[in-house]
Amino acid sequence: MADRRPVPFAAPAVWRSRGGTRRSTRTLRIAASAAVLVCVALAVLVVPPAVDLDQQAVDLPSKLLPPSAAHPFGTDDVGRDLLLRCVYGLRVSLVVGLVAALAATVIGTAVGAAAAALGGWTDRLLMRLVDTFSSVPHLLLGIFVVAMFRPGLWPVVVSVAVTHWLSTARIVRAEVLSLRSRPYIDAAVSGGAGRLRVAVRHLLPGVLPQAGLAAVLMVPHTMWHESALSFLGLGLPTHQASLGNLVQTARGSLLAGHWWPTLFPGLFLIVPTLAVAGLAGAWRERLNPRRRAELTL
Amino acid sequence: MIELDGITAGYDRRTPVVRGASLSLAPGEAVGLLGPSGCGKSTLARVVALLHRPEAGRLAVDGEPVCAWRHRAPRRLRTAIGVVFQQPRLAADPRLRLVDLIAEPLRATGRREGAARRAAELAETVGLTGELLRRRPHEVSDGQLQRACLARALVLRPRLLVCDEMTAMLDASTTAALVAAVESYRAASGAGLLAVGHDRVLLGRWCDRTAEWEDVATG
Repeated sequence: MADRRPVPFAAPAVWRSRGGTRRSTRTLRIAASAAVLVCVALAVLVVPPAVDLDQQAVDLPSKLLPPSAAHPFGTDDVGRDLLLRCVYGLRVSLVVGLVAALAATVIGTAVGAAAAALGGWTDRLLMRLVDTFSSVPHLLLGIFVVAMFRPGLWPVVVSVAVTHWLSTARIVRAEVLSLRSRPYIDAAVSGGAGRLRVAVRHLLPGVLPQAGLAAVLMVPHTMWHESALSFLGLGLPTHQASLGNLVQTARGSLLAGHWWPTLFPGLFLIVPTLAVAGLAGAWRERLNPRRRAELTL
Repeated sequence: MIELDGITAGYDRRTPVVRGASLSLAPGEAVGLLGPSGCGKSTLARVVALLHRPEAGRLAVDGEPVCAWRHRAPRRLRTAIGVVFQQPRLAADPRLRLVDLIAEPLRATGRREGAARRAAELAETVGLTGELLRRRPHEVSDGQLQRACLARALVLRPRLLVCDEMTAMLDASTTAALVAAVESYRAASGAGLLAVGHDRVLLGRWCDRTAEWEDVATG
């Protein structure tokens, strides 16, 4: 007779959430990101008006002092306080980042929505324009734009804005194309709505969450771009503190072993970037839970 | 009065869904269009509602030949034909409250004054009451949403109503209520009806005559 031992029960499959039994780090990530951004906002909005200190004040005897109680971030090669310079630099970088990201999103949304809503030759023409722009490295294009103007804040904003609307245009076009074929758009057409009304009342509200997310994710990217231009000496004038300028002027003293003038502006660039990316990632997971958020910097 | 003659339509020029469809509706007549799934009934309904441009053939509304579809069609012609779609979930803008959903065609055609009041009146005739009207589509059932979609189709007082499998996913009592609402509107206004579906019993009782797909189209 065949051996009829009972088959041992297979261990019941347990479905765990990602990350196993440990607590999710998501809440922590959101809280930390929000805290960092609140600190940044306070530093940028409150410190410069409240503190009556001159960020340009040169104090040659105390040049290149390491971090201490008097100068928490140390001083640079002409004795200016680095903490103050970093806060002012962050302010400039944030203005460039926010304005450029907003402008790029507006351009991108307009182009993408027009291409998808009008279709046909307009769509083909606009999308080939997008392809043409993206075939040139965007830093190179940015340099070209900056070089046409006198150095200053606005040329940098314009240069970053006109090179960064392409991805938003593509996202918005794809989103509008998918919305356009839904029956509720047919119902609106049948109800007598014109093209403009369909776009403003039904299509744009549908793409705004995506466009908003793209704009938020673009802020750190545009900040980095401003720093890159300033680092190359093409951005803001050198006397104006921006994070890129600070890193650029500190480059010389790095080889002499003075690490603080490079490290702190770098941290001011990296930490808010990660905070924005963390929050935007959480937002994207909420919008589209199936796709894992990846960092887009 | 609607006349369709040799309509060929589809989404790919090489393989049209509808070939040579011909059908005519007398003024005020209710015609049921019967056919199996995927045969092209809905595409033909979209052509009649001026939402899909056919590749060939002739469509005339009240003796006037139609030569433009969707946005290019004159607004008075588009709004003369009301459409109710099969799936209310997809046919309702998820952001609009039901009262705004029903009033939307009034606002789109520039009749803003009293739009909300007219929408509320009409909602009552299709069986939607006050509190439901303030909800958004995801907060109501399919049947309730389809009632709102019917009210939206009726709000501009169309001369022809196209019902594209309006009751395919609803239970018997909601089906009866919707059909009764359509019939009371037709009795009051003398509008025509093109009801598309594959429920032979329902269309047989609802419409003046039914047309089989094989007799309407050639392919």
